[in-house]
Amino acid sequence: MKVNAHPDDGQPVIVVEGLVNTFGEHAVHDGLDLTVRRGEILGVVGGSGTGKSVLMRSIIGLQRPSAGRIDVLGRCITESDLEQGIGVRRRWGILFQGGALFSTLTVGENVEVPIKKYYPDLDPEFRAEIARYKVMLTGLPEDAVQKFPSELSGGMKKRAGLARALALDPELLFLDEPTAGLDPIGAAKFDRLTRELKETLGLTVFLITHDLDTLYEICDRVAVIAEKKIIAIGTIPELIATGHPWIEEYFNGPRGRSAQATHMRGDSA
Amino acid sequence: MQSAAQYLLEDAGEGGQRLVLSGHLTLAAIGPLERALRTLETSVTAIDLAEVEEIDTVGAWVVLRVAREHDSAITGASPEAERLFAALRDIDAEGDTHPHRLPMWERVPLAVGEKVFGARGGVYGVVAFFGQILIAAASLLRRPRRFPFKALIHQMELVGVTALPIIGLMSFLIGIVIAQQGSVQLEQFGAEALTVNLVGRITLRELGVLMTAIMVAGRSGSAFAAQLGTMKLTEEIDAMRTIGISPVEVLVIPRILAATFMMILLGFFAALMAIIGGAVVGQFALGIPFFTFLLRIQEVVPTHDLWVGLIKAPVFGLIVALAGCFHGMQVHGNSEEVGRRTTMAVVSAIFAVIVLDAFFALFFTEIGWG
Repeated sequence: MKVNAHPDDGQPVIVVEGLVNTFGEHAVHDGLDLTVRRGEILGVVGGSGTGKSVLMRSIIGLQRPSAGRIDVLGRCITESDLEQGIGVRRRWGILFQGGALFSTLTVGENVEVPIKKYYPDLDPEFRAEIARYKVMLTGLPEDAVQKFPSELSGGMKKRAGLARALALDPELLFLDEPTAGLDPIGAAKFDRLTRELKETLGLTVFLITHDLDTLYEICDRVAVIAEKKIIAIGTIPELIATGHPWIEEYFNGPRGRSAQATHMRGDSA
Repeated sequence: MQSAAQYLLEDAGEGGQRLVLSGHLTLAAIGPLERALRTLETSVTAIDLAEVEEIDTVGAWVVLRVAREHDSAITGASPEAERLFAALRDIDAEGDTHPHRLPMWERVPLAVGEKVFGARGGVYGVVAFFGQILIAAASLLRRPRRFPFKALIHQMELVGVTALPIIGLMSFLIGIVIAQQGSVQLEQFGAEALTVNLVGRITLRELGVLMTAIMVAGRSGSAFAAQLGTMKLTEEIDAMRTIGISPVEVLVIPRILAATFMMILLGFFAALMAIIGGAVVGQFALGIPFFTFLLRIQEVVPTHDLWVGLIKAPVFGLIVALAGCFHGMQVHGNSEEVGRRTTMAVVSAIFAVIVLDAFFALFFTEIGWG
């Protein structure tokens, strides 16, 4: 017996080859290659405007690249029309930066939307039950299920967005700056939640972040975008060992140091 | 294709039964099984998962629910399934996902009451808004150097100059329609020549200004509400206040003045375009030469018709701008509110303009400008 039929075999889940994204004259990506392995949490970092979000949007098919090939879960995204549905979409979940909850629906109804779309034959009561436990699985209180997004705080919106991303029990989870705008306690809790869910549900996580604590605490590998490419990918010590000036500054700056120190303390305790 | 989730009941002794689950306990495959388990009559003392091929949180949830209802033991679960059980064990998901809804007999009085109190708040808001405008106007009069001339010119361009093509075309067509339809009716009395009176008087007195006011409400009133509403949402207006800039002075006053002034010009322009439209019909359909039509206008339209239009125009412009700015400044909360307030700004402006127009009509007739 297995969970979700995907052991941590290190098989590639996302393969990006030679990705080129240009907006007018301006190239955001030029020959970008990236591989995400099954069962890992991959953090993606880079300066503002280096195309982290554009990379994610390309992988999930919202942005058609100018050139290159992207395979997700063994299907080629770049050659198929997402609107027609290629079966991949029910196998991934996406948490957008602001949560992107449907504002006219309650949190519970938000979680029901993907279930209703892909499994319309399920009993409405059962669907509601699934939505409720998913919401509570992300650590929201029970009464949040019947609330509208406008009644929630920023952190609760992110959790609700995560519940919707997990609605179909995906294998692959995309998180776009999940801890941005959260207080340190909320951010740490969200990190822990991501890690727990990854371990319980056997997820592969593609995570864009600026949060150094998140990188140290939960990421198995980190990919650095700069100069229109992935300039380095690996564990944080491996990245620092490359000696690239930007990576050096990123991880050995004052914030990087303090995050590292916290991480060390956490390990020894 | 995945094999569906299946179940089998075995006798486990002591009147209890063992539930043996097999196949894929996943969201995609569990629908029929869930329905069957919901209506399970017999008591289940044990659940065996040894033959399950795949399980996700939905499968784990269903298993846990049966276990909870029948107080049965779970056997044969893989470590992965155990992890899912551990994560889900403490969650109680009984209930509904829809918003709370009161019964009808409570909801209706509540809605009525809220409307009444809302109306009180609305009146208060309007009075407060007028007060703010008066204060801002007074302080600008005392310190004229602070007057936002640049913003005023910019708004005049947006409200007035850029509206010229659409208002010109609209009025021209209205002039054509009035002349053409009017001549058909007047012909029955042999009074086609009076088409000139009809077009000249109705456009200068009524239609020129009224249609322009409606167009300006749709173009600029809505823009005012949406701009100010968005600025409130993005906290731009709060930022201004903290710096010590009065948002009413720099945002509201220029818009109100621009709309008031430009309405006079636009209303007059609209009337002229409508008369030209009428003259074109005269030339081609009625046999009245173009310039004769224009000369006849001078003779048959009393000057006070022009004044009626010119007096109404700034009032309508003021109302449209006030409605737009008021609703824009009332926005708070979320982006949905911007849309709602923009709609309210346009609807209330057009309604107020038409009601006032009726009063003006009675008033001017009463003072002998009929």
